[in-house]
Amino acid sequence: MIALVAQDTQTVALPGPPVVWSLLWPFLILAVGGVLLVTVTSVVPVLRGRSFPAAFTCLTALASGLSLIPVWQRVDRLDLVGGTIGSGTEGPRSLVSGAYAVDGFTVFVTGVICVSVFLTALLLDGYLRREGLDGPEWYVLMLMSASGGVLLASANDLIVSFLGLEILSIAAYVMAALHLRRAESQEAGFKYFVLGALASAFFLYGIALVYGATGSTTLQGIFAAGPNAAGLDPRTDSSLILAGMALLLVGFAFKVSAVPFHFWAPDVYQGAPSPVVAFMASGVKVAGFAGLARIFLYAFQPYWADWRPAIAALAVLSTIVGGLLALAQRNVKRMLAYSSINHAGFMLLAIHAAASPDDGGQRGAEALLFYLLAYTVMVTGTFGVATIVGGRGDGRHDLDDYRGLSRSNPLLAGVMAILLFSQAGVPFTSGFFAKFRVIGALASDGSYALGGAAMLAAVISAVLYLRIVVSMFLIDNGEAHEADHEAVDAVAGGRAAPEAEGDTLVEASPEASVLTSVRAPAPTALLAVCLAAAVTLVLGLLPDLGGGILSDAASALLLAG
Amino acid sequence: MVDVIVFAVAGLIVLAGGLGVVLNSNPVRSALSLVASFFGVAVLFVLQEAHFLALVQIVVYAGAIVVLFLFVIMLLGVDEVEDLSIEPLSGQRIGGLLAGAALLVFLLGGLFLSGGDEGAVAVTGTESVTQPIDETQPNIDNLATDLFGRNVLAFEATALLLTIATVGAVVLVRNAGAEDLSVDEPGRADH
Amino acid sequence: MSLLALGEPYLSDGVDLGDVVLTVVKVVVAFVVLLVSVMLMVWFERKVISRLQNRIGPNVAGPFGLLQTLADGMKLFFKEDLIPERSDRFVFQLAPYLSVVPAFLTFILVPIAGDFSDGKDGSVSIAGRQFFLQVADVPVGILFFLAMSSIGVYGVMLAGWSSGSKYPLLGSVRASAQAISYEAALGLSLASVLLISGTLSTNEIVQVQAGEGFRGIIPNWNLITTGFVPFGIFLIAGTAELNRPPFDMVEAEQELVGGFHTEYSSIRFAMFYLAEFMNTVTMSAIIVTLFFGGPAGPNFGVLPGWLWGFVWFFLKLLVFLFTFVWFRATLPRLRYDQLMDLGWKLLIPLALGWLMILAGIRVAQSGGFGITDSTQVDTGIVLVVGLAIGVVAALLLSSAVRTSRQDRLHRHGLVEVAPVFELDGGAPAGEGHH
Repeated sequence: MIALVAQDTQTVALPGPPVVWSLLWPFLILAVGGVLLVTVTSVVPVLRGRSFPAAFTCLTALASGLSLIPVWQRVDRLDLVGGTIGSGTEGPRSLVSGAYAVDGFTVFVTGVICVSVFLTALLLDGYLRREGLDGPEWYVLMLMSASGGVLLASANDLIVSFLGLEILSIAAYVMAALHLRRAESQEAGFKYFVLGALASAFFLYGIALVYGATGSTTLQGIFAAGPNAAGLDPRTDSSLILAGMALLLVGFAFKVSAVPFHFWAPDVYQGAPSPVVAFMASGVKVAGFAGLARIFLYAFQPYWADWRPAIAALAVLSTIVGGLLALAQRNVKRMLAYSSINHAGFMLLAIHAAASPDDGGQRGAEALLFYLLAYTVMVTGTFGVATIVGGRGDGRHDLDDYRGLSRSNPLLAGVMAILLFSQAGVPFTSGFFAKFRVIGALASDGSYALGGAAMLAAVISAVLYLRIVVSMFLIDNGEAHEADHEAVDAVAGGRAAPEAEGDTLVEASPEASVLTSVRAPAPTALLAVCLAAAVTLVLGLLPDLGGGILSDAASALLLAG
Repeated sequence: MVDVIVFAVAGLIVLAGGLGVVLNSNPVRSALSLVASFFGVAVLFVLQEAHFLALVQIVVYAGAIVVLFLFVIMLLGVDEVEDLSIEPLSGQRIGGLLAGAALLVFLLGGLFLSGGDEGAVAVTGTESVTQPIDETQPNIDNLATDLFGRNVLAFEATALLLTIATVGAVVLVRNAGAEDLSVDEPGRADH
Repeated sequence: MSLLALGEPYLSDGVDLGDVVLTVVKVVVAFVVLLVSVMLMVWFERKVISRLQNRIGPNVAGPFGLLQTLADGMKLFFKEDLIPERSDRFVFQLAPYLSVVPAFLTFILVPIAGDFSDGKDGSVSIAGRQFFLQVADVPVGILFFLAMSSIGVYGVMLAGWSSGSKYPLLGSVRASAQAISYEAALGLSLASVLLISGTLSTNEIVQVQAGEGFRGIIPNWNLITTGFVPFGIFLIAGTAELNRPPFDMVEAEQELVGGFHTEYSSIRFAMFYLAEFMNTVTMSAIIVTLFFGGPAGPNFGVLPGWLWGFVWFFLKLLVFLFTFVWFRATLPRLRYDQLMDLGWKLLIPLALGWLMILAGIRVAQSGGFGITDSTQVDTGIVLVVGLAIGVVAALLLSSAVRTSRQDRLHRHGLVEVAPVFELDGGAPAGEGHH
């Protein structure tokens, strides 16, 4: 060792790229928070209970969200500095040798993901207590998944995009399977994993082809290689990059569950633990859309005329098919899965509008961002109610299980009604303005046919939400029943009675299926659900709240055009 | 000339290995075909003078991953010849073939047809626009410069990915506990 | 072909017939040297073990029993070659080759002679051709060793599986688990060497170690410059890779009859036997190359320089061959769980931690930290801090391991109420119904 210390060395200096740490905080807090949580809880057994990880996760999400504020202020200045995009390998607003982009769009999406993490952590707390599950790993995986989502949304390089996507999804696969005592959960995790891996393969192949066509994996490089204003660049081969774009689109369509790549969604949503579904439907999907929007609206902007029809087709199929298939379901989680497919269609429509080179572009991007925020809040809330109603074992998700909810827990029923009305797009809720903005953007772009299709789909899906609402507020007397339901309820009551444990079943009346978990839900879960409903209402009543933020963030996305 | 011959031979090995993986009815032989395919890829890497990648390919894929495959196959005792006459999902095989063929046509079309506006054939792709490799340096130096320079974020993000994989693997194989799951009876059976 | 120029000097410009002949000669010589050394190694092992056990050992065939191995080999060749009825014939016949070929190939990396004194690069010139006294100086040299040692596992695994009977299968499953576990530790301890040497090529690794060393007394071997720990890890992991005692779980006779090669006979068995001893010789040679300066050593004249290299190399090699035999004669076999614990919970974390410390020292030596003005002081600080972190990490790790073990015991404590099989009481609810 002495010799070692005394030894002279000839070290080759390897200068790393300059890193502006202060702009990376939102991402770092989530990622380091996850790593810290797993380390601390594995070393200090006292902290392995249920309260600490939940509180830690909420605080991490809050901290990450708060750290966005100074970043946002600096982003504004960076935007002013501006510069020509596509001039070099590093854009004006990218960090770590052009791999990580910081702009209004990133900040906004990161905020939305933080909201999703915060609400889900609250839900998860009650869920874990009810199910008698322990382990901080749920929270660890969620934090890491969220950090992957931030990475995907901020990636300025396709390789980083891919890594973000994988971090995001692999954690989600594990979370879907994490209720180890439920075979359905394991099945859901496995299905999600297999189909997700397939999607990743498509994605990766797409990256390879795009790299082959443009010689670069950075978004700026791809943009610069395109046939932009400077005229047609001979380096670009259109058919190769078209194939690459198509594969990337397929990969993303899997992740955001757009028809016809949606098959996994209903099964996974039905089987996976309900709070995890809340996160999958909100945070994971938001990140997927953010990645899709950034790559297509920015790197592939020169080819917008080529990929736009494909997006339109996916969007229309998703809205219509999602809405129609949802009507055929009786399992509420399945219904909500199809409804999220329907929402995915609307967000794709927003991307379609955002691709427009004229006025529709800005409005479309704003619509997308607003939709992402509104959707995240309401879908987390809706699945939160589903978590509470699901009861111990997470198995009560039939439409009948919601019958009489207005009587057994009026607050919960009210909240659910607000959230569902919002999803349906009823005025004075955030969902209305989300859909309104999308259709408005389509109209200003001149895509009236798509706008019409969107409106039709909105009407179809409204029926679905109304079904749940009616079911909740239906007073359970004989008249309301259809014949088969009576029979089924009788069977259910008869089967449930022997297992009554005082804790689970209150009495053997027609309302016997009302559970204590519904009558007195976990306070954290109730808080999450109420928060979601409140935000939904506020956004619905004051849709222009912080409107400047929206337009700034949206314009960041469209700088390329 | 030598390059072309080596490429052809290695390419054939890769293809044959790939076909072997799919067509062999015995999983162990499939895994062996996969190894052959990996060796072919390693030779292709050497042909590109990417010696480091070639050996990492062998160490990681052939040496660790396929060994783990074999380990699982042997341990689970699924090393029996599968009965291929039963299709678990009717029409699955035809559908798979069609989908594969469609993808092949799509990609070949992308590669060969209508290259650019000058009508050039596009199989060659484009030279990388990132800085050229310093050929006087060994592979490993170039790789390090790239990994810790331009791609350092991706490199570090991989650490996060591995952490997730580790946590996930440990969590999923953990004993779920002996106590029974008490369940609130669903109102109706799933359908 | 530009990168090949970094390796063999004679390949720097076009290849002609002479180069081909030279290469063929090298290959043949290496082949013969390896075969002969295996023959001697078998004799050496039997003789040393006998002595350690107060026996005489082979002493009939040839002088000192030297030809005993030859006799055994001939006997094996003339035995009947059996292929079990239930075996997978193709794989059964393929497996011995998968064992032997990597064993041969690894040896090409080893510089077995050459003059490395006074900064010479160990090359020799014959007829105007300059070359190294090793079959090939692969640019990514030592990784090739890792690759080959991981390929060697296939022979053992497939032999066990294709035999179609249970003991060989158990042996091969153990082999694969063991190989994968220790491959990691082996690779990580290797990384320390590479970090210090700054090169992957075996020739250059030897050149780096041929330096003057500390005050001309202590040699500049990687053993010392990497701080002994990587060597220890490498030796243990290498023994495990070789499946030699005390890590010979693969063919534990008392448990598994003969392990993976139970069903093999005649020449196929001979090939496994050959591969095993070749691997022992090669592993010793690699250890010598990586940690003990290979053929580097003082040149006392009289003999030509390259021959001195061979002398030093041979002496060092002998030490390790003896060590391996010594291990076999004295150490009891580990239990399987002990083997896994040792690999995963001790060797891998230790190798990783040591690598970190070495990397920190390297940065400090080049002034990368800039804590003080003197890089020497910096290095000292880094060393102390690194060791302190290492100790804390070790404590944390052992605490985590202990907690999880207690958890496990606790859980088993619950299960003990329903005795014998965990599965009876502990089946997860998810699997029960359908």
